[in-house]
Amino acid sequence: MSDELLRDEADVTERGVDRNTEDPSAPLMDATAEIAERELEGPGLEPEQEVLTINMGPHHPATHGVLRLIVTLQGERVIELKPVMGYLHTGIEKSCEDKSYWKVIPFVERMDYLSYYFQMEAFCGCIERMVELEIPPRAKYLRVLHMELDRIMSHLVWLGTTALDIGAISMLWYCFRERDTILDLFEMSSGQRMHTRYFQVGGVFEDIPAGFEKKVRAFCALMPTRIDQYEALLDRNEIFLQRTREVGIVSRERLLELGVTGPLLRAAGEPWDLRKVDPYLAYGDFDFKIPVGTVGDGYDRYRVRLQEMRESVRIIEQALDGLPEGPWISDDRKFVLPPREELATSMEALIHHFKLVTEGFRVPPGELYYSIESPRGELGCFVVADGSSKPARVHFRDPSFVNLQSLRDMSVGGLIADLIQNLGMLDPIIGGVDR
Amino acid sequence: MGNQLMPDAPGLELIAQGIEEGREGTVIETSVEHGKATLIVRPDGVLHTLSWLRDTPDQGYRFLSSLHAADYLPATPRFAVHYELLCRERVERINVKALLEDPADTNGDAEKLPELGSCVDLFPTAEFQEREAYDFFGIVFRGHPDLRRIAMPEDYVGWPQRRDFPIGGEPVLYTHNEIEAPRWFE
Repeated sequence: MSDELLRDEADVTERGVDRNTEDPSAPLMDATAEIAERELEGPGLEPEQEVLTINMGPHHPATHGVLRLIVTLQGERVIELKPVMGYLHTGIEKSCEDKSYWKVIPFVERMDYLSYYFQMEAFCGCIERMVELEIPPRAKYLRVLHMELDRIMSHLVWLGTTALDIGAISMLWYCFRERDTILDLFEMSSGQRMHTRYFQVGGVFEDIPAGFEKKVRAFCALMPTRIDQYEALLDRNEIFLQRTREVGIVSRERLLELGVTGPLLRAAGEPWDLRKVDPYLAYGDFDFKIPVGTVGDGYDRYRVRLQEMRESVRIIEQALDGLPEGPWISDDRKFVLPPREELATSMEALIHHFKLVTEGFRVPPGELYYSIESPRGELGCFVVADGSSKPARVHFRDPSFVNLQSLRDMSVGGLIADLIQNLGMLDPIIGGVDR
Repeated sequence: MGNQLMPDAPGLELIAQGIEEGREGTVIETSVEHGKATLIVRPDGVLHTLSWLRDTPDQGYRFLSSLHAADYLPATPRFAVHYELLCRERVERINVKALLEDPADTNGDAEKLPELGSCVDLFPTAEFQEREAYDFFGIVFRGHPDLRRIAMPEDYVGWPQRRDFPIGGEPVLYTHNEIEAPRWFE
């Protein structure tokens, strides 16, 4: 009996590996037919051959939020998987239609709660293009600086929680220690640790305070050594390697079909990064590399993200070195609040201030899709303006939402333990998925 | 400003011409605004347009970045579905906008939903995004493998992101006011 069991298990893993490398659409068809077949056969089957459908989530701590997965298992093997979402749906897109443009910014920040600077940039950048408002060079650099800090912060949360899922518990504390340093920096420049509302249409809310640069430089000097430490802990960790290598491989072509972008796509060997191919803001001025993987397994995804953090540190250092002097927000009074001291002396300024605060600025009718590279891939913002001071439609193309479709291709045919690993490496933020 | 690239105006006209050659009367209009090229097409020609843009060798718009719907309420046709296509080799974006009439306007049947062919076979990435457009705007995608609500509850009635759906139109029930909506739990 035990011999038989062992042979069966070997068979299962062998087929599991096969399924990952084959044409990905084929095993899915197989699975549905197989489920029906096995359900017909019913109680005559050995326990390990029976099909079991279980519900994972929506409150499972390893689903990185309230994602629910309906998983069909045969023994330890996943043969079908369906994500169910909407548990965090708060109707942000609908609420935005009832707010004037500048009041929309705090709403969109709260979609993907780890990459709030990116959501702000996608929305503000979109509006700036619609009203054809040029932002000053210092604002561009400050935006890049904060976005790259945010990228490191987002990757740190990913690294901590994913390593925790795989069993490396201490990683969480190390990663959150560095994340706290970044949040301190955000607090220093904007007064808030999360959801800072630092970007405005026209530039940034305020100049960086004295001493900020020194602290960022200290962080930039420290961070590479910290990344070295993470690598020392994980890179050649036997358990980590066994859990991540050769797991969840999806071919580059299939990922592109599924619309997957960001580190997942780059780990499969496709050097696609909007910062490089379509340099928005000041990304054209900086020297940085796009890390790519070769195999596209969980380990490559981990390596790519770690390397991205190093590149972000380099971008931040260059942004500090080249930080231009001058205004940090546009002086177009139709869109930007006049400085406080002008209100006491200038009637014009007072009128503009009153108009902007009560009604907000108007955007001429039109529509635009504007996309940037967030820590999880292409983040797009689509706005329809009808000529009033409120948007007629705000839509976000959230990378986690689109990337989540590839979870099925990664996990079907693999073990259920690998499903947790795949989900972690996918890095979905459910706030962004459900919006 | 960042340069979100696109085909220039003559290039866009050539694209429109190419699509028209395969199937006449597909393209209604082309437009270029804010550095974005748009092809406005009839709903029955949208799959032809997408497959032409994807498969014609010197076009190569093989990546669908985003699919989203919008409601332009006072205007007719009322709805539009936007396809943001991307050519990764030339880094060019083009927007295909399919205009959709609201059938409730024409034959007075409020239950009738606008329909459009599903592009999941051409672009598998559209699966979730078409479900999202269905969930929020009630646009039915013919041929979609699994067209269900995605973010709203399965038994929800109504299309919440249409412009005539009120914000805050749904009472929020707490223990202190549950008596005002009797048998709400059924």
